[in-house]
Amino acid sequence: MYKFLLCSRYLKTRYIALASIISVMLGVATMIVVNSVMAGFSTEMRGRIHGILADIVLETHSLDGAPDYAAHVRRITEAAGDDIEAVSPTVEVYGMLSFHYLGTWITRPVTLIGIDPASKAKVGTLTGHLGNYQSQTDKQGRVLQPALRPLTQHPDWELEKPYLEYRRTKQQNAPFLQDVVQEMPATAAGDQAPAAADDGDPFANERPAQPVEEVSPEPLKARLYVGASLISFPYEDRETREIKSKMMLQPGDDVKISTVTAGRPPKAIHFNATIVDTFKSGMSEYDSNLVFVNLEFLQEVRQMINPDGQRSLTSIQIKLKDFRDADKVVERLRAAFAPEVYSVRTWEQKQGPLLAAVAVESAILNVLLFLIIAVAGFGILAIFYMIVVEKTRDIGILKALGASSGGVLSIFVSYGLGLGIVGSGVGVVLGLLFVWKINTIEAWLTWATGIEVFDQRIYYFPSIPTHVQPIMVFWVACGAVGIAVLASILPARRAARLHPVQALRYE
Amino acid sequence: MARPELLSACPTARPGPATSAFDETQPQAKTHISAVAVERAYRKGEHKIPVLRGVDIAVRKGEFVSIIGQSGSGKSTLLHLLGLLDAPDVGEVALYGERIDDLPARARDQLRNRVFGFIFQFYHLLPELSVLENVLMPLMIRYSAWQYWKRRRESLDEARGLLANVGLGHRLSHKPSELSGGEMQRAAIARALVARPEILLADEPTGNLDVRTGREIMDLLTRLNGQNDLTIIMVTHDESIAQQAHRVVRLAEGRLEAWADAA
Ligand SMILES: Nc1ncnc2c1ncn2[C@@H]1O[C@H](COP(=O)(O)OP(=O)(O)O)[C@@H](O)[C@H]1O
Ligand SMILES: [Mg+2]
Repeated sequence: MYKFLLCSRYLKTRYIALASIISVMLGVATMIVVNSVMAGFSTEMRGRIHGILADIVLETHSLDGAPDYAAHVRRITEAAGDDIEAVSPTVEVYGMLSFHYLGTWITRPVTLIGIDPASKAKVGTLTGHLGNYQSQTDKQGRVLQPALRPLTQHPDWELEKPYLEYRRTKQQNAPFLQDVVQEMPATAAGDQAPAAADDGDPFANERPAQPVEEVSPEPLKARLYVGASLISFPYEDRETREIKSKMMLQPGDDVKISTVTAGRPPKAIHFNATIVDTFKSGMSEYDSNLVFVNLEFLQEVRQMINPDGQRSLTSIQIKLKDFRDADKVVERLRAAFAPEVYSVRTWEQKQGPLLAAVAVESAILNVLLFLIIAVAGFGILAIFYMIVVEKTRDIGILKALGASSGGVLSIFVSYGLGLGIVGSGVGVVLGLLFVWKINTIEAWLTWATGIEVFDQRIYYFPSIPTHVQPIMVFWVACGAVGIAVLASILPARRAARLHPVQALRYE
Repeated sequence: MARPELLSACPTARPGPATSAFDETQPQAKTHISAVAVERAYRKGEHKIPVLRGVDIAVRKGEFVSIIGQSGSGKSTLLHLLGLLDAPDVGEVALYGERIDDLPARARDQLRNRVFGFIFQFYHLLPELSVLENVLMPLMIRYSAWQYWKRRRESLDEARGLLANVGLGHRLSHKPSELSGGEMQRAAIARALVARPEILLADEPTGNLDVRTGREIMDLLTRLNGQNDLTIIMVTHDESIAQQAHRVVRLAEGRLEAWADAA
């Protein structure tokens, strides 16, 4: 009984000890904030990867693919039809994207993905990433320009009206543009590259053709959704010092695509395609690499249609009714499809290294932050030694009144426990408040310092994503309390071992 | 516990309504607490400083004994040995004839809590607690939180009664720092008595007080000794204070000698 009374009195009267737990508190709050933000980013990132990759991906090892989509779907349905919600055929192949911008040709390596947008939208979150579905807002969230397409409309390859008009105006202006461009000295105009021959290196002569080609008023047969980072670059605004991104092309513009045909040996092919939309998932790996093409066209140019009219494909994306069944379904599909030809993986398995890297990063950060709390523990240790010395006489009195060594020990251990609970309790509250109000705090910091702390254009998030995991909060709080208790045990043992007479003589 | 029968032999309740003061006509009254051939030395590096060199003392139940001696003669050391705060190098301490100085720590803690009450020269109240809480401390130490909660009413009544008895009934919520020396000593006496001890060990209880306040404290001790059949062993260096006891012994050169008998 006296333990609790004394311990609460010491808590109330020793402000120096309260100061020591501020470090516990800050450590706990920091850990909660950092973990929540990291979990927020990670959840968001996983969501985006997951959305692009679909739950399970069935791929052929060969870029040439395997024929007959319908037969594949039949086999998939036989193997695990009950668990599957949607499937979408795709063709994946590497290629190059080139376009002409301000007098130079810009060429970028890309992954070309032939998709069927309607079914692709069912297996993943394609719609949410396309520019036409986004409304333009200013910083206060006011809508500057409503979205061109409602979310209920499935993505297709139609060019939206404003872009169609843009294309027509551009076509009318083309002759003048051509003059301008040809006057530019940097342009290697006229180095008409012939379609590469079978000379072993299909890309040797890859230097796409005329700077400005004749533009047809109607969009071309090949239509693209282009990763936004492929056709834009970041720059710093001179006046506001803000990082902005500048689009070099927009929907309605044409680009050149180079890739190879299926079959042996692969032949280089080039075609012009019209951008109908930009694609922005927030994963820079995807946004600076992926180009979606209409599946039928890609199959045609890559000569993936066999004489019987069967079209080949390289992968099938599968969405499950419940992702928790993924391992089971993967097992069944692996049994149904020969492993020499196909690989079946969940999105997590496909992105294994990246996800593992994020996990390691977060673990290291946690260890470092926990060291902060450990440092706070040493503070408690020192301050407790001081208090024990200060309280030497009182300890002697307590022993004279019959308190046992264990009792004296528990005064100081429960004192440490009390400090730990108060410190981590306040820390948890502070941390959660911070997480809850993080965007307000960020806005305030930006306003106060004039430096944009969290730049949307860099991170692609409209606000800082957070995700509070109760189990993490629990363990952080427990760890802090544990450290406070551990740090108090040494001084408490010293107190318990004090000889009562020596303690009473102490002045 | 090595000797549980010993603890049960130490009644914690007062032995009935005490009526008589210590009766000197019964010299064979039961020995309450005794020390036999007790030696104690302090070691300072190579040097061994003998403080007690064979002390024998036997105090009867209800007796009020003063121990006088020069400063540094070892009076406090003897009192600590009797009260189990320290252990003798040689010799033994016995309660009702049974040795208690070699009991396990737990049993000695309990004896300190139940059988002995301590008063010190510097009062030794706990500065963070109010007077009332200081007085309740021995009971809080005796009982677990739950037991204490169950009998908190009785405990409070007991402590309030004692504080009223020593004249501090109106200062319950004061902190020790807000009391005078005499008041602190009275609070300390109330604390020493709240657990209903059989033996009160007082180490220069008036040493820090002016003459008048010292006399008040002595009157209080004499009254308690008479009322409750409380055995009191008091250490002092003041002969006039010492003479108010039934018996005075003198500690010199590590040994006890009879000094004089109080009238
Ligand atoms: N821890 C100790 N170490 C060494 N000497 C001590 C210690 N405690 C007490 N002494 C010595 O023992 C002697 C007796 O002390 P004490 O019992 O306090 O005397 P008194 O109470 O009669 O004044 C003193 O000379 C003191 O210096
Ligand atoms: Mg002394």
